[in-house]
Amino acid sequence: MEAYIGLIPGLPVLSFLMIVFLGRIMSRRAIAIIAVGSVCFSAILTIMAGISFINADSGGTAFTSTLYTWMNAGGFSAGITLKLDALSLVFCFVITFVGALIHLYSVEFMQDDEGFSRFFAYMNLFVASMLVLVLADNLLLLYLGWEGVGLCSYLLIGFWYKDPENNNAARKAFIVTRIGDTFMIIGLFLLFISFGTLDIDTLMQQAPVQWHSGSPLAVISALLLLGGAVGKSAQLPLQTWLPDAMAGPSPVSALIHAATMVTAGVYLIARTHVLFSLAPAVQTLVAIIGAATLLIAGFSALNQHDLKRVLAYSTISQIGYMFLALGVGAWSAAIFHFMIHAFFKALLFLAAGSVILLLHEEHDMHKMGGLRKSMPLVFITFLIGGASLSALPLITAGFYSKDEILWYSWSSVMGEKWLWLAGIAGALITSLYTFRMIFLTFFGELKIEPKHKPGILMGIPLAILAFLSLTGGFIQLPENFGHVHLFSNLLNPLFPDVRFTGEALPEWLFQVISAIIALGGVWLAYHYYYKKRTIPDLFNQHRLNDFFYKGWGFDWLYDRLIVKPVEWVSTINKNDVLDRIYTYIAQSTLFVNRLLSRSQNGRLRLYALVFTAGLVILLTIMLTL
Amino acid sequence: MILVYLILILMAGGVIAWLAGKNNPLLSRSVSLLSVIFDLILVLVIYWQGSEPNGTWITEFSMSWIPAFGIGFHLALDGLSLLLLVLTYFIGILAVLISWREISYRTGFFHFNILWILAGITGVFLSMDLFLFYFFWEVMLIPMYFLIGIWGHENRIYASYKFFIFTQASGLLMFIAIIALYIIHGHNTGLYTFDYQELIGTSMTSGAELLIMGGFLAAFLVKLPVVPFHSWLPDAHTEAPTAGSLILASLMLKTGAYGLLRFVVPLFPHAAEAFAPAGMILGVAGILYGAILAFAQTDLKRLVAYTSVNHMGFIVLGVFAFNEMAYQGVVMQMIAHGISTGALFIISGQLYERLHTRDLRKMGGLWEQVPVMGAIGLVFVMASLGLPGLGNFVAEFLTLTGVFKVNVLYAVLASIGLVIATMYSIRIMQRVFYGKRMADKPMKDLSFRESFALGTMVIVIVYLGFFPQAVINTAKPAILNTLNSSGQFQENNSRKGNYELSEEHLNSSKPTKSKNNAR
Amino acid sequence: MVTISMEIQLLFAGMIFLIGLVGFLVRRNVIFMLLSIEIMLNSAGLAFVIAGSHWMQTDGQVMFIFILTVSAAEVSVGLALILQMYNHFRTLDADSISKLRDKKVI
Repeated sequence: MEAYIGLIPGLPVLSFLMIVFLGRIMSRRAIAIIAVGSVCFSAILTIMAGISFINADSGGTAFTSTLYTWMNAGGFSAGITLKLDALSLVFCFVITFVGALIHLYSVEFMQDDEGFSRFFAYMNLFVASMLVLVLADNLLLLYLGWEGVGLCSYLLIGFWYKDPENNNAARKAFIVTRIGDTFMIIGLFLLFISFGTLDIDTLMQQAPVQWHSGSPLAVISALLLLGGAVGKSAQLPLQTWLPDAMAGPSPVSALIHAATMVTAGVYLIARTHVLFSLAPAVQTLVAIIGAATLLIAGFSALNQHDLKRVLAYSTISQIGYMFLALGVGAWSAAIFHFMIHAFFKALLFLAAGSVILLLHEEHDMHKMGGLRKSMPLVFITFLIGGASLSALPLITAGFYSKDEILWYSWSSVMGEKWLWLAGIAGALITSLYTFRMIFLTFFGELKIEPKHKPGILMGIPLAILAFLSLTGGFIQLPENFGHVHLFSNLLNPLFPDVRFTGEALPEWLFQVISAIIALGGVWLAYHYYYKKRTIPDLFNQHRLNDFFYKGWGFDWLYDRLIVKPVEWVSTINKNDVLDRIYTYIAQSTLFVNRLLSRSQNGRLRLYALVFTAGLVILLTIMLTL
Repeated sequence: MILVYLILILMAGGVIAWLAGKNNPLLSRSVSLLSVIFDLILVLVIYWQGSEPNGTWITEFSMSWIPAFGIGFHLALDGLSLLLLVLTYFIGILAVLISWREISYRTGFFHFNILWILAGITGVFLSMDLFLFYFFWEVMLIPMYFLIGIWGHENRIYASYKFFIFTQASGLLMFIAIIALYIIHGHNTGLYTFDYQELIGTSMTSGAELLIMGGFLAAFLVKLPVVPFHSWLPDAHTEAPTAGSLILASLMLKTGAYGLLRFVVPLFPHAAEAFAPAGMILGVAGILYGAILAFAQTDLKRLVAYTSVNHMGFIVLGVFAFNEMAYQGVVMQMIAHGISTGALFIISGQLYERLHTRDLRKMGGLWEQVPVMGAIGLVFVMASLGLPGLGNFVAEFLTLTGVFKVNVLYAVLASIGLVIATMYSIRIMQRVFYGKRMADKPMKDLSFRESFALGTMVIVIVYLGFFPQAVINTAKPAILNTLNSSGQFQENNSRKGNYELSEEHLNSSKPTKSKNNAR
Repeated sequence: MVTISMEIQLLFAGMIFLIGLVGFLVRRNVIFMLLSIEIMLNSAGLAFVIAGSHWMQTDGQVMFIFILTVSAAEVSVGLALILQMYNHFRTLDADSISKLRDKKVI
């Protein structure tokens, strides 16, 4: 089995190369088959690997497969080595399975687009890079995947390149994430200098030996890695790129900006959790960032008009929950929420994509309405996804995953009361904006007639993801429900258990509160957006709404603080002030030339005068010396 | 003898091309192409024959030339020069290929100039006698002056003058330094010679060493180029014809780096160490300054020219770190930058041939018309910003890690340069291939010849990104020799750092002392 | 005969030279410049004769004949040039002929 691990990222790479080189001569059907097929095969291989892994597993064993040594210079060695353990298995499963569904959906979504082959080439390259990222056994290879997904994200956001707005969004995404990446690479340098290797297992073993808890180097390296994670996962303060990234096609948003790339940060922190455990201050910072981000993004989501932008801010917010979980030490809860979130968020994006496509590229929710009857499948799946997002009790998978996080944020040793408070407030806002979205889009009167019903290639992925959004939670039921621990058992060997504080309040209390809050949000949305009651002025102030709409002013701040100064510096120096030195030298030489050439004025008597003067001076010198 | 042939074939080929060019331009192009291909084959043969390291050199050739002054015709090849020669001939072939249709005025003389530049570069990479080195340094210079001045663009006279004066003046400073070294060595040992092997280990007062090193540095820092001596570069690159820019960027700049590694560090170890902080600051300055300036340009070739300043800053930074990892990064950067920037210049040249403009404001949305060029441009733009999987990343990673060992602050500042590199690289893509269509002439996509040239470069840069080990292994003996003959840089890591690191983990870069010494 | 000391004689020759020099510098008419050159040449010859008489050798006077010859040749060439100058420029003013001056080249 181990030999086949290389194929999991390898198949998408092969199909990428095939599409790039042979795409011109292949029919669309062939391209679709190859592209979708490669990801499907990877999914099958992942499932097979997973089964054999679970069967063989007895502790933290992992399948490893080394392809070759990437570089070996000056005492540094890194190989192209893939390692499949429980964590990477979960991620691989999500990436390939959800990825395959999205690829299938895209065949229909992109069927009228002229860049069909280019799209699938980029998508396959993305899947390959993401798989390399999660399967890498050393941080350098992880960085390869990390940057690879960044590249594909850039290419896919700016896929419709004729519109400069799309290109600007792509550029913004790339540069903001690159800032995070720079923090990360400095972290890699630091780790290498301290341990002589970038191999993850070795690092995780050596770190506690060499660094005691709270040592400055541990804190710094954890902070640097956090910087990278924050960039890729669009958390504070680098979250500004994700809403604009909605300029890309909806399958892209589903795959990259919901299910996979943006969760790379979560993966990184989980993977290097030993480091974060050694720097509790940083770990708490992770939780704080998560809590703050989920609130900020939630408020912003509440004020958007664009359907996809609501979902974008929602993604930022949900990843905030994952960070919150990581920050309080609930490692497997975070990963669990990642998986469930991937299901329902991808579903929501794909469904939103159908809506937008079939409503002639209309993005504004206020211009939509009444689609409940005209697009029933989309409506039902969207509703299911939204329900899961809002964590409606008992029936949705989202309830189980989010609830676990909320419980841990209160009761874990590293948890804080107010973190839970932030989480629960976020839950209210989440269900509020989610159902606002649903009511505005699907209820009310029909404003735009959809072109046609979505076809089967769009329908199947929607259905499957909807099913998973409902049932995915059942593999990890809380203590008082049946004590099903499939998921955390899988991940347990990798992560330390969550430690609880002394005062453990009963879990059912939290569940009840969460349920009330979630349903309360639905009721509020129903009240204000379905029944169209006016919202009280306290909550509906124009300037505040505008502030939230613009993402709490971060764009404005960064523009003033960074973008404009950099542009100014580069523009004033466009002609290179240092060049002036040499121009000055050249010009002074010319000046001296002009000065001296006055003595060549062609006049005989002047020459004679100069002779005489020279003679006199020479004689004087000779006679006096 | 084979080393002499490398030079002779190019020189003879140049003369033949010139003579043939009067009547038959196609013949002169073919002669020129064949000479370079032949040389590439010769070098690859040397590589595959492998080396029996009977010392530090793979091959050596020595003949006395002007014994009265101690000048010998001494050439030698080791891993470093081998890699650079392969790069030289590869780029040389590309230079001839891409100017196949572009140059129709005085073709024979054009190819004469190209071949003599290549011969000069070969000589620079092979010379083991300082006088001979200076001779070839000047041979590189004059044909390039003609190349820019005759076949260049609008502002070519100014650019060629500027290039010439900068390089010549700094070369003369180096010549004075060479003579000073000659005299001091002669005073010390009674043997007046220009031979490199003999001159290593000349003892001089630290003041003298600093000054003489300064002379060498003058030539190499101007060539590299290092801020603030860089201002010849944008004009020379912009105004030169495509082949000229290609050779200038990919090869001539590397002669400066080569000079640092081959001459400055081994001949003046103490002075180099004393200069190192300043050198590293200059490197960082080059990285940041070049990147910011690149971002601001509206002329495509000028933008790419400033990216050269940016990338060469990494080389300067790495050279003054004095450890094996950084040097491996430097060698890799020489090769990877040669390929990636060379390719960007080729693409600019192709755009110019089609659109007759280099102005970014007049381009846009070209992907539709020239998707192949766009895709290849994307690859090299990504290489320029240091995307892993391409050669430049390996280089920058190794260099920065090596520098990080020695000085954390500079490594961090250089990493910030990576973000700015992203900015300018994306700018190229956005302005040229994406966005709204500005020009309205229909454009032809790449011809077979052009895609062949660029395609091989793509293959090489991807190969270097994923399989850098071949290059690393070839360069390793040469690098270890440089570090060894410079004396005390075995355990250099405990020099300045901004904080203390535990000792045992700094031993990871200890180079093994080579058994066969240069003497 | 009153013996005149050599210094006075040489001084005398020097003064004649100076007269010639000043005349050359001051005059604008090329013919007068030529005359002044003649005077300078003659004063040089006088200096030689003085020296010859001091050392009681005839070499001084031999030099004087050389100088006369040289000056004759030079005057003929000079006068020919002056004629050409007059034909071409219609003036004998030395200051007005400056075609060989350095114009701004760069």
